Amino acid sequence: MKFGVIRFPGTCDDVDAQLAAARVGEAELLWHRDRDLKGVDAVIVPGGFSYGDYLRAGAIARFAPVMESVVEFAREGGLVLGICNGFQILCESGLLPGALLVNNHLKFVFRQVQLDVVDHNTPFTRTCPPTLSIPVKHTTGRYYAPEPVQVVLRYAPGHNPNGSQDDIAGVVNNAGNVFGLMPHPEHAVDALTGSTDGLAIFESIRAAVSERIPVA
Amino acid sequence: MLIRPKAGILDPQGQAVQRALPALGFDGVANVHVGRLVELDVEDPEQLPAMCERLLANPLIEDYEIIEQA
Repeated sequence: MKFGVIRFPGTCDDVDAQLAAARVGEAELLWHRDRDLKGVDAVIVPGGFSYGDYLRAGAIARFAPVMESVVEFAREGGLVLGICNGFQILCESGLLPGALLVNNHLKFVFRQVQLDVVDHNTPFTRTCPPTLSIPVKHTTGRYYAPEPVQVVLRYAPGHNPNGSQDDIAGVVNNAGNVFGLMPHPEHAVDALTGSTDGLAIFESIRAAVSERIPVA
Repeated sequence: MLIRPKAGILDPQGQAVQRALPALGFDGVANVHVGRLVELDVEDPEQLPAMCERLLANPLIEDYEIIEQA
């Protein structure tokens, strides 16, 4: 299978995401001005500071030409994974519910967190163990949604790094094919950096694509 | 356009400012909120609400107020 990793001006986790995805399949970068998704099976919107995060995190990236293609891809059931800034972009673009606000303590947070996988019935978590140890690094990670959402990941008790509502760390859309999370699975794929738990997310996607599991 | 955090949503930036002011001797301060100001020239002011809804504010978490000056 082939992953496409989007690169905006200001993205900084694109190469890590590409290397992580390349451990389970092919992975190539997609430029923000390019509408062509090059036939990829899954799209990753990686972390960073797209367009400087001016105005609000993710607010301007949602209007990039490539995002029109991503929205269309998602509507057709394509798998889309948004990590950190990618999660913010997917919320701003309306592909995911809710919004991300500045951390309740106003500080940048960078630490390993324990996550409870509360929904294994998604293409992104089907091969995940019950808990994951993955780092977070963000200033704008406090999830907020006025309506009930489909929660996939929660920070384990005592691990909420940002004041996120109901300890929410990751959510999927109603159709189940768009997933956003604040923690960085692409930074947890090699024992050298302390954890390989992030690989399970990429492996789940590969398994879902290879089995062509129909999206609900 | 004045863009403010919606009422009821935790505004830690406003809280931090509210805590800082008494430290400088400014007492009796309450309900501090920190938002954004966007200034622009526009030929058709009727476009302003749509600009706010689609880009300048996130209506889920922010309220906006349009102030026009001729």
